[in-house]
Amino acid sequence: MKNQSAKNNDRRISDRRMEEKKFRGVTRRELLKLTPVVALGAFAIPGLQERLLKKGLGFSDWASAWLFRQDHFAPTFDDADVAPFAKFPINGYDVDDPGVDFDSWTLTVSGAVQKPGEYKLAQVQALPRIRQNTRHICVEGWDVIGRFGGARLSDFLNMVGADTTARFITVNCADDYYESLDMATALHPQSLLCYEMYDQSLSREHGAPLRLQIPTKVGYKQAKYLTELKVTNVLEKVGYWEDQGYSWFYGL
Amino acid sequence: MNEAVIEIVEPQDKDTDAEPIVVARAVYEHPFIVRLCHWINTVALFVMVGSGLQIFRAFPSFGAKIPQKDLLHWPKAFAIGGWLGGALQWHLTFMWIYIGTGTLYFGYQLFSGNYRQVLFTHRDIPGVWPMVKHYFFFGPKPPLREAYNPLQKQAYTSAIGLGVLSVLTGLAVWKPVQFSWLAWMMGGFHYARIWHFAVMWAILFFVLGHLVMVILHGWNNFVSMLTGWKKDPEY
Repeated sequence: MKNQSAKNNDRRISDRRMEEKKFRGVTRRELLKLTPVVALGAFAIPGLQERLLKKGLGFSDWASAWLFRQDHFAPTFDDADVAPFAKFPINGYDVDDPGVDFDSWTLTVSGAVQKPGEYKLAQVQALPRIRQNTRHICVEGWDVIGRFGGARLSDFLNMVGADTTARFITVNCADDYYESLDMATALHPQSLLCYEMYDQSLSREHGAPLRLQIPTKVGYKQAKYLTELKVTNVLEKVGYWEDQGYSWFYGL
Repeated sequence: MNEAVIEIVEPQDKDTDAEPIVVARAVYEHPFIVRLCHWINTVALFVMVGSGLQIFRAFPSFGAKIPQKDLLHWPKAFAIGGWLGGALQWHLTFMWIYIGTGTLYFGYQLFSGNYRQVLFTHRDIPGVWPMVKHYFFFGPKPPLREAYNPLQKQAYTSAIGLGVLSVLTGLAVWKPVQFSWLAWMMGGFHYARIWHFAVMWAILFFVLGHLVMVILHGWNNFVSMLTGWKKDPEY
């Protein structure tokens, strides 16, 4: 600040000069303007914290659903990029092999479908077979590129006469796992009812005889050992991990 | 900058014609929006780092799952969320606050023109070496003409760039399919996760330097980020 110019101007620009007391008032008011920051303290209040975080997670799910594009494909990879089968992790929430009896196994289809009932594996396999090398991403952070084969979930829903204007697909599993999907993801061309990995029948640890394989979703959404599938507008059960506090949509 | 300088004077009678006695000078250095964003972002960054490290604890590696070679075992006491699901709730909630304050800050700086205070440009390059000599080699203190010296501008500009990178790498980790082009630019999901982690450490490195400098510069400087006004500025 040039003293010369200050001297010339001080009479006219009086707010360039103030007494200590007035200055303190000015700075106090400026400090008080920051009180909205204190609102973040709500996250430290135990009862409120849970609700706020649930809201935050819900908002993220809403944004995820909004960002999801049915015509946008997950990256696919060359055969050379696929990890060896032995290096494809086996991740279950409970047991690796719930002891499914393959001979008597059926998929029970119910809900908003024209042809509910018991479907055999051969009926799923009769649908066009899709083979895709995609990246499997676990919520924990690891990822692995694998090769999967199966029928499009959308083809199966078409076969059973599902009402695709319904909002959800829910599944139950032989290991008591349960999951649910938004219809948009269920109808995505890469969403499979998977019965093959690495061109072999699905092994028991990987979810035989039938699992979900959805490259646009995180791993825990891709339920294994499927036994029941329901098309519905009301979610009675959301998902095993969702009930523990994970995100429901978790679209990649 | 000079327009914002005021003089704090001793109390004086209204009728007197004498020059008031100046006891201090003060300058309005940090506009309200900048201060608001600074402090909200301080909390948000703290939560993002803490919960991010808890998320990292679920798979503390950047290699394959089989065989898993852990990089480092971050202590649970220095993480937020308690477990992976809890940490994800914190992370996916506070990322909106983090992005929100970042966007507000960016918009404000851009439209108010206040970005000139922090943006490091080619005009600051000649002043870098004298400042380095002063900070690290006991050189004389170069005269200051504005709020931030060239090294400060460089640090703040970098920090803001790192903030943007933290969001972009985070988006690639959260949405590697919808933002597959972003993930692809980083080498795919697997590498995006590594970049996201690396950017966090770079930000923490800035924060460390920032805290050291705040302590060295003393109370008046610290208070200016609360009230906007800095007493006895060095310029």
